[in-house]
Amino acid sequence: MKILVPVKRVIDYNVKPRVKADGSGVDLANVKMSMNPFDEIAVEEAIRIREAGKAEEIVVVSVGPTKAQETLRTALAMGADRAILVQVEDDVDVEPLAVAKILKAIAEQENPGIVMLGKQSISDDSNQTGQMLAALMGRPQGTFANTVEVDGDSVTVKREIDGGLETVKLSLPAIVTTDLRLNEPRYASLPNIMKAKQKPLENKTPADYGVDIAPRLKTLKVAEPPVRSAGIKVADVDELVAKIKALGIA
Amino acid sequence: MQEREDLAEIRRAVRALCEEFPGEYWREKDRERAYPGEFVDALTRAGFLAALIPEEYGGSGLKLDSAAVIMEEIQAAGCNGAAAHAQMYVMNTLLRYGSEEQKRTYLPGIAAGELRLQAFGVSEPTSGTDTLSLKTRAVRDGDEYVINGQKIWTSRAEHSDLMALLARTTPRDQVASKTEGLSLFLVDMRKAVGNGMTIKPIRTMMNHSTTEVFFDELRIPASALIGEEGKGFRYILSGMNAERILIAAECIGDAKWFIERATGYAKERSVFGAPIGKNQGIQFPIARCYAQMRAAELMVHHAAEVYDRGGNAGAEANMAKMLASEASWAAADMCVQTHGGFGFAEEYDVERKFREARLYTVAPISTNLILSYLAEHVLGLPRSY
Ligand SMILES: Cc1cc2nc3c(=O)[nH]c(=O)nc-3n(C[C@H](O)[C@H](O)[C@H](O)COP(=O)(O)OP(=O)(O)OC[C@H]3O[C@@H](n4cnc5c(N)ncnc54)[C@H](O)[C@@H]3O)c2cc1C
Ligand SMILES: Cc1cc2nc3c(=O)[nH]c(=O)nc-3n(C[C@H](O)[C@H](O)[C@H](O)COP(=O)(O)OP(=O)(O)OC[C@H]3O[C@@H](n4cnc5c(N)ncnc54)[C@H](O)[C@@H]3O)c2cc1C
Repeated sequence: MKILVPVKRVIDYNVKPRVKADGSGVDLANVKMSMNPFDEIAVEEAIRIREAGKAEEIVVVSVGPTKAQETLRTALAMGADRAILVQVEDDVDVEPLAVAKILKAIAEQENPGIVMLGKQSISDDSNQTGQMLAALMGRPQGTFANTVEVDGDSVTVKREIDGGLETVKLSLPAIVTTDLRLNEPRYASLPNIMKAKQKPLENKTPADYGVDIAPRLKTLKVAEPPVRSAGIKVADVDELVAKIKALGIA
Repeated sequence: MQEREDLAEIRRAVRALCEEFPGEYWREKDRERAYPGEFVDALTRAGFLAALIPEEYGGSGLKLDSAAVIMEEIQAAGCNGAAAHAQMYVMNTLLRYGSEEQKRTYLPGIAAGELRLQAFGVSEPTSGTDTLSLKTRAVRDGDEYVINGQKIWTSRAEHSDLMALLARTTPRDQVASKTEGLSLFLVDMRKAVGNGMTIKPIRTMMNHSTTEVFFDELRIPASALIGEEGKGFRYILSGMNAERILIAAECIGDAKWFIERATGYAKERSVFGAPIGKNQGIQFPIARCYAQMRAAELMVHHAAEVYDRGGNAGAEANMAKMLASEASWAAADMCVQTHGGFGFAEEYDVERKFREARLYTVAPISTNLILSYLAEHVLGLPRSY
């Protein structure tokens, strides 16, 4: 079985994002970029499945700028076998639907048993790509995976849902999206970094897959979250109730 | 300037590993004076300490420029590579001068981290800088050597399986040239401790796991000799250039850490109604340290390049070590000053890094000796000592 793992290059989770002065987006100039943490978890899970002898090949794919090669190399150094970069211009933001269409086209060529995605990317928190891909391909999906168990021609996914875990059994091929507690990703070892250099990295464009990446959404404004103003102390419940009434909340 | 992609990639991988070892981890080790075993294990498992070991012996066979990036990045991430850097370079003498049998016996284990070779016994109480006057004796007795004497400042001896030991095999008054008569041994400490070898920790300004090692009729097999008897000093000299370049790279990493911390603090800390970094009295020292660090960094890269090309990197390695250790120390002092009173609080990690950074203008070789080297060997001035 082959596993396809899409990875996205995003602003590092340790960096405090700053909004551009004109409110058009987040300032990415000179900011540390890394692999989306949920995608790292997906790469790790795919490697574990392969290590357990239940998959033969892991293909990582990134839709992004030239620099996304770094992200792919990191995935190769962790243990993925081969990479595809679907290259777009540096400042182009590809929306989840376009990414899902590109992934569908790649999946049709590669025929993976599982497409393992992060449940969302910390850049825009859309939480859509996996679901859209499943719908476009007409395949079963197990989102927010907490555990993943491959068994023959099916995969059992425990999903993190409000108030607990839900177990679903999907017949392969299937789409799985990873949640935070699925695993602890490994870091790349030096010998594997060296080996990764020999691994193939293919360069493609959205046009190669016949996908139009023109945005369907328009960003009106990006703003910093409002600063929370200081609270006040009230002496007793009566005063609290009076304040709430005065504010018109109750 | 864009860095070579392979180096940038090593940097990212080291950074990712170091993120698992934040300030609290190091503060606790420092407080307890404990060896950062978990960190060293993680570095070992990820193969970083075997970077310089050729692939045929299980390492990655990288050049010194890559190894330097590893050490720099460890320091720049706020970790302390001193606990493990020697595992990277002490094996150099074994690799260069050991017999094929010694290499096959030890290098694969060292590469895998099963064998730790990170103790280097050179300095003695009465001969630090003046290595040639060292007194520890090794006397051949049949198939064995018998060792007597004392080493001091042997770092990590309690956390190493093997020790590279420099000892006198021919008395000083019987050698043809004064650089002869010292021999290099690979001592298996797992067998030696309690059988003629005693290790005593020394409490130091920073947590460095350094020790005194006493030899009392310690018997080691004659096969522990590396290369030829009497040529040990030459052997360690050639290994020292690599050590100096790697330590210089660590200093650059430290300097980067101090500069980054100071800059971050100067932007955030507000007194008199503005960030302190708005004052030239704060920003100029940071800018000066940055310029000093960058200049030293270029020399470190240059030294590594000369070394990797196979040239004699003596002058460059020494200059890199001197300039980088001075740059990191200047940055350390600046960082404390920028932090005001908070630079002294353990929680900020500044005072710990400050103490750690102080070492490198003294060890493994002091600035004065580097200046003597340059004066004598590069400028042709008369030997001053
Ligand atoms: C924490 C720590 C860890 C160490 N780890 C190791 C280790 O693992 N293995 C090991 O073998 N050694 C180790 N050392 C020893 C270190 O290499 C020596 O301390 C260093 O070489 C200086 O020697 P010394 O301390 O005897 O100083 P000395 O030789 O006594 O020198 C004292 C001062 O006099 C100056 N001086 C000496 N001669 C001259 C001269 N001719 N001209 C001008 N100035 C001169 C020196 O520059 C220095 O400033 C360590 C030291 C420390 C502090
Ligand atoms: C061990 C210790 C003991 C102490 N004991 C006492 C005590 O008993 N009682 C007590 O009240 N306090 C005490 N202090 C506090 C000490 O007086 C303050 O740390 C000191 O006044 C500096 O203030 P700060 O730490 O807030 O630094 P900050 O005011 O934040 O200054 C940080 C840096 O910015 C620089 N800076 C600030 N403003 C400007 C400017 N306009 N232009 C240029 N540079 C500027 C400062 O020089 C400093 O380098 C102690 C501190 C320590 C570390």
